[in-house]
Amino acid sequence: MEVSRHWRLKQQRYSLVGEVCPHCDSKIFPPRDICPDCGQEASQPYKFSGRGQVYSFTTVHNPPAGHEENAPYTVALVHLDEGPMVTAQLTDVGDKAVEIGMPVEMVTRKLRSDGERGILVYGYKFRPRLLPA
Amino acid sequence: MERVAVLGVGMVPVDEHWDRSMVDLAGEAALAAMTDAGMERVDALIVGNMTAAVGESGQLNLAAQIADWCGWRGLEAYKVEAACASGAAAFRAGIVTVASGQVDSVLVVGVEKMSQTESTLTTAALATAADADYEVPHGPSFVALNALIMRRYQHEYGWQHEDFAPFSVNAHANAARNPFARLRHTISVKEYSRARIVSDPINILDASPTGDGAAAIVLTRSGKVNGHANRPTVVVAASAVATDTIGIHSRREPLRLFAAERSAHTAYLQAGLRPDEMDFFELHDAFSIMAALSLEAAGMAEVGQGPRLAQEGAIRPDGSIPIATFGGLKARGHPVGATGVYQLVEVTRQLWGEAGDNQLSKARVGMAQSIGGTGATVVTHILRIKAKPASPSLRHSHA
Repeated sequence: MEVSRHWRLKQQRYSLVGEVCPHCDSKIFPPRDICPDCGQEASQPYKFSGRGQVYSFTTVHNPPAGHEENAPYTVALVHLDEGPMVTAQLTDVGDKAVEIGMPVEMVTRKLRSDGERGILVYGYKFRPRLLPA
Repeated sequence: MERVAVLGVGMVPVDEHWDRSMVDLAGEAALAAMTDAGMERVDALIVGNMTAAVGESGQLNLAAQIADWCGWRGLEAYKVEAACASGAAAFRAGIVTVASGQVDSVLVVGVEKMSQTESTLTTAALATAADADYEVPHGPSFVALNALIMRRYQHEYGWQHEDFAPFSVNAHANAARNPFARLRHTISVKEYSRARIVSDPINILDASPTGDGAAAIVLTRSGKVNGHANRPTVVVAASAVATDTIGIHSRREPLRLFAAERSAHTAYLQAGLRPDEMDFFELHDAFSIMAALSLEAAGMAEVGQGPRLAQEGAIRPDGSIPIATFGGLKARGHPVGATGVYQLVEVTRQLWGEAGDNQLSKARVGMAQSIGGTGATVVTHILRIKAKPASPSLRHSHA
């Protein structure tokens, strides 16, 4: 069930909270406490806007165990406006054809459920952008 | 480094071995390598394996179990893990151990048992090579992660899907002549193009099949007598590991295999050789896109131009840089943690001149490269035939 993992990641899952480097101003996601760009300490929280563009995408027809209920679904690499990239599912796509470069925004959705007695795992997904940038 | 030599090799065919356990397979390959080396006992056993602990097999202490199966109770034995590069990492551990002088001989065994696990669980086990906090919860299969790279690569460099066909066609053609291969049938470009999509743009003929397999190699310090009078001595010219971010999303250039570039570069420096001096290259073609990126990372193709080498025929057995000479991951099969050892067994057989129907006409220096995950851990080895000291009489005859 990984309850402690989901609890530990709640800031990232629900609010896309990463870090900003006080030395080089690099925006960091996922948070890691050491800046990947300058190698110095970087543990100052930073909330991302949730806006970005599709860098690449694919459809999963043969899901790993635990994700069967959602298949088929689209997984993407989303290039956030602030710099870093994030792996996430696309949602609310409807009839729209997904394309590289498509503007998207973060929303909170159910990532998976864990049977009748398990927990529901929520987190970020990205949908075609509705709001003006 | 050239103090370490390969003394014997052994393997079982990659297949679904329903009647054989993981330890049976490992033991069979181990004893075959020992017989080949003409030895009854080694000083240490190092095992490469990826999924034994995460799959339904649920087995740790694997190396101790294999040592016991082989009748070597008491032997130094342990396991090395680096996802799909586990076998190659175990081989490196074996080299370093022998080179340290602490032991005289090491048996390296790569083993994987995948057919006893239900397919969604196998898919989940393979996904453990990715980031458990930031990739896995979002549901990408391992195929999907590679598909993300392939789609963007096609977008950036303008390649069509069909341009990757020669990688799979070549692998299958070579596997058809290899009795140890999982898929011993040829395929055509048309079959490749029409194959079922797994995770777009990757189709079933871009992807390597998993399977049960085990391969083993005996390493010792050079100079020991080997039982095969006609075999040239094969030595380790280079062994290098490098790492990159585990998640693709954290890479500055997601279309480049930085760890592969770095480990290949280090290997060339150790061996004192250039990329164009490799006679062949057993690369990690888990997916056709990875074959292209590996050729680029190893300095054999320009960045973004990997498919061109395939189209020009350079990767075929008669080309300038043959790859997947026994079928590669694509068609020999990819029993993940065992694959790195299969590659090194194949390089050795080419160098010995014992590759049978897969023998290359020129095989004096060969490179093998294993990629763990989508590029997080990359292990590169260069093996070569040991140069004989120039004999005075020979020099005289040329004078």
